[in-house]
Amino acid sequence: MLSRTADHLFWMARYMERAENTARMLDVNYQTALLPQTAATAEQGWSGLLSISELTQSFRKQYDEVTAQNVMAFMVRNESNPSSIMACLNAARENARAVRGALTTEVWETQNQTWLEFNRLLKDNAFDRDPGAFFEWVKVRSHQSRGVTVGTMLMDDSLHFLRIGTFLERADNTARLLDVKFHALTGGDYFGADNVKDSQEVDFYHWSAILRSVSGFEVYRKVYRNVIRPERVAELLILRPDMPRSLAACMNEVVANLEQVANEQSSETRRRAGRLRSDLQYGRIDEILATGLHAYLTSFLDRVNDLGFGISRDFLVPTAA
Amino acid sequence: MKASFDEMHGAEQRVREQYRTYQSWLDRQPQAQMHARRDEAEMIFRRVGITFAVYGAKDEDGAGTERLIPFDLIPRIIPKQEWVDMEAGLVQRVTALNRFIHDVYHGQDILKAGIVPAEQVLKNNQYRAEMQGVNVPGDIYSHISGIDIVRAANLDTPAGGAGTGTYYVLEDNLRVPSGVSYMLENRKMMMRLFPELFSMHRVAPVAHYPDLLLETLRAVAPAGVNEPTVVVLTPGMYNSAYFEHAFLAQQMGVELVEGQDLFVRGGFVYMRTTQGPKRVDVIYRRVDDDFLDPSVFRKDSTLGCAGLLDVYRAGNITLSNAVGTGIADDKSIYPYVPKMIEFYLGEKPILQNVPTHLCREAEDLAYVLGHMDELVIKEVHGAGGYGMLVGPAATKAEIEDFRAVLKANPSNYIAQPTLSLSTCPTFVEAGIAPRHIDLRPYVLSSGKGVQTVPGGLTRVALKEGSLVVNSSQGGGTKDTWVLED
Repeated sequence: MLSRTADHLFWMARYMERAENTARMLDVNYQTALLPQTAATAEQGWSGLLSISELTQSFRKQYDEVTAQNVMAFMVRNESNPSSIMACLNAARENARAVRGALTTEVWETQNQTWLEFNRLLKDNAFDRDPGAFFEWVKVRSHQSRGVTVGTMLMDDSLHFLRIGTFLERADNTARLLDVKFHALTGGDYFGADNVKDSQEVDFYHWSAILRSVSGFEVYRKVYRNVIRPERVAELLILRPDMPRSLAACMNEVVANLEQVANEQSSETRRRAGRLRSDLQYGRIDEILATGLHAYLTSFLDRVNDLGFGISRDFLVPTAA
Repeated sequence: MKASFDEMHGAEQRVREQYRTYQSWLDRQPQAQMHARRDEAEMIFRRVGITFAVYGAKDEDGAGTERLIPFDLIPRIIPKQEWVDMEAGLVQRVTALNRFIHDVYHGQDILKAGIVPAEQVLKNNQYRAEMQGVNVPGDIYSHISGIDIVRAANLDTPAGGAGTGTYYVLEDNLRVPSGVSYMLENRKMMMRLFPELFSMHRVAPVAHYPDLLLETLRAVAPAGVNEPTVVVLTPGMYNSAYFEHAFLAQQMGVELVEGQDLFVRGGFVYMRTTQGPKRVDVIYRRVDDDFLDPSVFRKDSTLGCAGLLDVYRAGNITLSNAVGTGIADDKSIYPYVPKMIEFYLGEKPILQNVPTHLCREAEDLAYVLGHMDELVIKEVHGAGGYGMLVGPAATKAEIEDFRAVLKANPSNYIAQPTLSLSTCPTFVEAGIAPRHIDLRPYVLSSGKGVQTVPGGLTRVALKEGSLVVNSSQGGGTKDTWVLED
């Protein structure tokens, strides 16, 4: 397939996934804010959300205060914020439009409809009326987008590049979420060797909120049949290959789809992806925690970023004529 | 100006044969229902993204620079026999036009015979010297032709629109004719909105057009290529016809490429794919000649591919339509098409040209000067309504000014009677009212033959009395039905 087409498909899937993850994080913060908590805790939640996406600075340029209202406005409908739901849905749709011929009619119409409806919802003040329902709508549209893709597209390179985009983005987003949530809680490295805390002190609501933001609350119960403890939350979201939003599950998909599209240049990128996957496959949570979760996740994000460059160079924007 | 021919109503408002079933169905439809159907159509067109791009505009609903082309619910109906005759005329005309283009770029017999003046061709800015002596597969240049046809009350029949009216070819489009996707989508929309109408009428199908197009493109591949790789070349997603480019590529199952996706190496054209370079054999290009190859034509073009023309001249790639077809659809050449048909095919033209006076001929000039208040006088190379005089709408002073201009350089002008386009009932705000329409059938040609699909795209001028059907100026479209008996 055309390199330019693959590039648009890859980014269409990434932006749609990013929109969903942004909605998930906003939703969980919004729900948490409904619980009794101090103003400082509430602000911490919203600042954490900005730092997940490395947006603290650009937010500060436009808003004076970190409030629920400001952060939600910035993350939902601020066009100048490339990670806002609006910017992501628009970019997903523009990428789809550029290659609408490579998509099935259903996939294209789903993307287009999402964008048209998003604008209508904002116009009708649906977001201000009920943010929870609005975030749910974004998630549903993302589920639909993924479902119609898997359900109607020919299982060829187009689909593989879409899947690579989805799972690379999801791996990145899950890692950021974990990092910030563990980081924010303690102001340092939660599991750092010199900073051991008694997990009993940790608020049940904090950990269940993280789980809910990745649809992992019921999954946790099913897998562990036990009280919620942070190291298990970390294990579930990092190492469990059967947890669909875990780093391990995402890397399994990235590796499998990369193999399908392999070409002459891509062996180094495949090697790096495979190695990252093996680290997760044979990793243990106590080892990861002993070396420090923050350091681990930072290195993971660097490696995912590096994979993105590799894929781009090998397939999407080949420089050699 | 004479009264218009109406497609649905004949003398004394009697409904014409082909519209009887439709009219009785329409009479039973509540107005509210028709309104609801129209809203539904608009919603579907938006969702499907059947839009055209408008530069520099942004809607408040975030629809950005994309607009819908208004779709009218009332079909234009053509009886079988009229279509059979028109189709024969289209095949004949396009065959002759292809022969003409081949002749111009080879032996120039028609110029030597004095039938078309040589300087009209060789000094024309649509003449491409680069194509002289270049052979193209099957000697076919215009693979996809759009022939614009209007129906007028017979020019020699008194007012009132009696008789059958007469179809006239208004112009030939042999470069990159567009609009066929609307023909296909309009039919899909009608079948969705009013399925019952299709059980009441036997409407000739059009949905196989993309198949015919692909067959045509494959048939004109360079010699020796058995499994040609066909692509559609688009200027990109901000082009006004982008929807159509993407639609046709998808319907044919071929890649939609942009200039940046192509490159030339070792005498062949390749596209950049995720599996490395892949050779391309046929390019259905929706980019004008001028932008195709920056190393030959416009240097600033980023829409084409450098070196393309060399590969083309060597016969290693087919461009569809060929480079240089503009020589046959230029206004200055149009008046000679009936003579071309006689010259190349030895046949009488089936479809009529609008009677055209060539001011370069002394006799014609004398007539034009004597009837300036009745005629439309156009510059031969003009476009977009510039440098023309519409006699019936002009003041005495304007006519006298134009007379001087015309006399100074008569060979730069042609003149035609002011035609009144036929009307068709159209669903407008005030209800159902007649509006002027035209028709663009699409004709596909390869070495293996010439084909059409029944009907074509009907465009309608939605403003009362307007004769301008262009989508950029408030025109809409209708589904076009050819009835199978």
